Amino acid sequence: MTPSLLHQILDFANRADPYPIYEELRKTPVHHEGDGPYVVSTYYEVRSLLHDPRISSDARNLASTTGDPLTETAPEEGVLPPSFLRLDPPEHDRLRRMTNRSFGPPHCPHRVDGMRGELHGIVSGLIGDIGDTGRIDLVDQFAYPFPVTVICRLLGVPREDEARFHVWADTIAASLDPDPDADPTERGRSAHDARMQLGMYLAGLIEERRRKPGDDMLSELATAKGPDGTMATMELLSTAALLLIAGHETTVNLVTNGMLTLLRNPDVLERLRADPRLAVPVVEELLRFEPPVQLVPQRTTLTDVEVRGVTIPKGASLWLVLASGNRDPQRFENPDRFDPDRKDIQHLGFGSGIHSCFGAPLARLEARLALSELARRLENPRLLEDPPPYRQNAVLRGPRHLHIACDGIRP
Amino acid sequence: MIGDGFLERFRREGRIVVVGASLAGLRAAETLRDKGFAGSLTMIGDEPHEPYDRPPLSKQVLLGRATADRTALPRRRSVDATWRLGVPATGLDMAARRVRLGDGDEVPYDRLLIATGVRARPWPREEEAELDGVFVLRTRDDGAALARRLAEGPKRVLVIGAGFTGSEIASACRERGLAVTVAERGAAPLVGALGGVVGAVAAELQREHGVDLRCGVMVTALEGDASGRVRAAHLSDGSTVEAEVVIVSLGATRNTEWLAGSGLGAGPRGIACDAGCRAFDFRGIVTDDIYAAGDVARCPHPLFGYQFLSLEHWGNAVSQAGIAAHNMLSESTDRLPHMEVPAFWSSQFGVNIKSVGVPSLGTQVLITQGSLEEHRFIAVYGYQGRVIGAVAFDNARWLPFYQELIERTAPFPPQFPTVDRRAEGQRPVDAGFPDPSVPSHGPTVTLSGYSPADRRMTFTPAH
Amino acid sequence: MVRIAVDLNRCQGYAQCAFLAPEVFTLHGEEVLLYAPEADEAQREKLAQATAACPVQAILVDVVDAPSEAVSGDR
Repeated sequence: MTPSLLHQILDFANRADPYPIYEELRKTPVHHEGDGPYVVSTYYEVRSLLHDPRISSDARNLASTTGDPLTETAPEEGVLPPSFLRLDPPEHDRLRRMTNRSFGPPHCPHRVDGMRGELHGIVSGLIGDIGDTGRIDLVDQFAYPFPVTVICRLLGVPREDEARFHVWADTIAASLDPDPDADPTERGRSAHDARMQLGMYLAGLIEERRRKPGDDMLSELATAKGPDGTMATMELLSTAALLLIAGHETTVNLVTNGMLTLLRNPDVLERLRADPRLAVPVVEELLRFEPPVQLVPQRTTLTDVEVRGVTIPKGASLWLVLASGNRDPQRFENPDRFDPDRKDIQHLGFGSGIHSCFGAPLARLEARLALSELARRLENPRLLEDPPPYRQNAVLRGPRHLHIACDGIRP
Repeated sequence: MIGDGFLERFRREGRIVVVGASLAGLRAAETLRDKGFAGSLTMIGDEPHEPYDRPPLSKQVLLGRATADRTALPRRRSVDATWRLGVPATGLDMAARRVRLGDGDEVPYDRLLIATGVRARPWPREEEAELDGVFVLRTRDDGAALARRLAEGPKRVLVIGAGFTGSEIASACRERGLAVTVAERGAAPLVGALGGVVGAVAAELQREHGVDLRCGVMVTALEGDASGRVRAAHLSDGSTVEAEVVIVSLGATRNTEWLAGSGLGAGPRGIACDAGCRAFDFRGIVTDDIYAAGDVARCPHPLFGYQFLSLEHWGNAVSQAGIAAHNMLSESTDRLPHMEVPAFWSSQFGVNIKSVGVPSLGTQVLITQGSLEEHRFIAVYGYQGRVIGAVAFDNARWLPFYQELIERTAPFPPQFPTVDRRAEGQRPVDAGFPDPSVPSHGPTVTLSGYSPADRRMTFTPAH
Repeated sequence: MVRIAVDLNRCQGYAQCAFLAPEVFTLHGEEVLLYAPEADEAQREKLAQATAACPVQAILVDVVDAPSEAVSGDR
């Protein structure tokens, strides 16, 4: 018997190219095996469910978690209350609004735009520090440190603490997506511990910021008094942990997937080198072609919901496979072609609806800047290994290392 | 006549005249060129300006964040047209296929698109309407004049009529710190379009933002001073409001007078056309060379029992323009019907109001998400056991779901739970639309009978 | 000058434009988008960024240099 499609998605052996599995998956737009989750993979159905108020993000509405390898451990429980990612309105809306007060418009419209100069400085510094151009690990030397430095500055987390929270963040991210061979109890326990330690670390930091606020997001979150009042300490901890982990685990993949894709499409890389403005459509097409978040697990139905003739029962676990919807030929012409000249790139890379990616504008700026600068400064870059080694994670998918070589660094 | 090769020749060297150089006219012209029309294209507009966007006039422009003369519409492509701006069309000779212009000129056409839109309904008493300080808001010039006057800091502004435009004007005035009185005939603002339940929220928004809102009253007279400036308004409840600026916001009148006697099925309710935007003549026979699009058109809508809908919506103008342009260039079997679900938006007092479907057709309303009290909610409207419209206050991202319900004619009340369902969302209540025989401000959607020959008025707009 | 219009029927308030080109697009309240119908040429690059980032592709920016097309009352 061939292994189930669900298993194949999670199987590490398919990490480098999951797209043929998604293609198979789309033949049954609502795929269901045994007591597993209902997996939705076609563009219009995914998008429509992302806007469907009968769908909940709150794990408390799940009838059961057995059978769904991605929700079994429910790692958030017990330590910190659920972040807004795992809540429904009105709590979701309230917390997201309060968080946004220190991040974006209407209250803080220039925060992201105002970081352009700083982002440029960080990118230039990292590229300047590359050293031996015969063998560069683009992940360790660039794609990881860049967004981490940015999220630390944005939140007001000391960069020198990175070594500590890096381990916690990795453990928590990994717990969202299991290695099928690992012991689930052990995984649950280490995720629990990591959350506990991250929570305590952030609590100490927030205490400091309350006493001596800076112009960073943590300070503002800790001290702000908007129309929704002040965030409770536990809510603040969950929110801060969410932002720190999200800032850690996603943009690194966007940048790495981006460089990998460009190196596989040298004509586009060359065009980008000549015209950095091409980075704008390149990043949008990348979010379609190789989205850093491949699928949204952890959704559930508040009632029986019929999708394409299949009734998804109340309380069922749902996976919405964004990366598959992005390659749906019903929606995109030649979906497996990387083509930044597409007139129509309405991708699902950042999700859609009320849970659409909170950090999207920052991620866009980071990726545009990173890719255009890499294209401009790396002389004759080439892949040393294709496909590169991937990280275990099937949800937050990306290379663990990206080894490249180039002939030099342009000024 | 229309035999083999006609369309080909027409596409190559035909003459298309577009009367009305605003949103619908411009988008139609662009679509015609997009679809390969290579003949001559003439754009006729009574205003001297190139096509401009109207929504900013009651928002950004009144807030002083944009100037009225800088609201020209972006172009999707070049249209290579002859523009006759600042000259109105004054007549149509259907037999000779000519449009008469105000300057005496005549323009021949092979196919004609009428997109003359609407104009603001003026204050009915002419000598009072002439008073300095009395405004309407429809055109760019109206917007410029009103913005200038508001910038002078009048002591009080009176807005007559609390439809969408009137409410947006009141909102902008409050934001500029001006004292505002709003006089509305109906029981609440927006009541004609959204009903009394949601209208009550609109009333709360106004009052919370310091508007002196007076419902259930009519303005009976405007009074000027010796120098001809408006100084006060007299209300039907016997009270007087002293105001230096009065904005008459009583809905719109369709620009069809120029078609009187032409034989086209045009009147105060607009130009009757089929679902493909082809205009009917007054006998109820469809023409094949005259099309209508935008606010001036009224088309049967399959989703709403083929009732003839006149929609004064931005999106409707864009989509009808595309349909009309396509059909002008197509064989009858390739023609497309206009089926887009009506949708519009308004922003007032910092709240984003969005609507899909036709709420004003509804009799009952259910608050499926959020709460009226928090001014963040989804209201779903039902008519004869089906979902017919939905309105979101600061909840826009859920609307696509409700649009699907409308498209599928889903049952009302919806039988399923949703996120953010509150106690008030347990059962539907009467939507609270006013008795159509009692005049209110003009609603956004006018229902006008079941066939073009049907002269029965089902709704009488104010005045 | 660059001319801009937003199809606010499509807009769902993701506000990517207001993050990326705050001089042109502003949020007014939680969800209301206000924009400058005309912006400086200097904004063109940021406008391109905002337009591309719009998840519902609601932003329309001039594609032709409109003044080059004769628009006048004369024939």
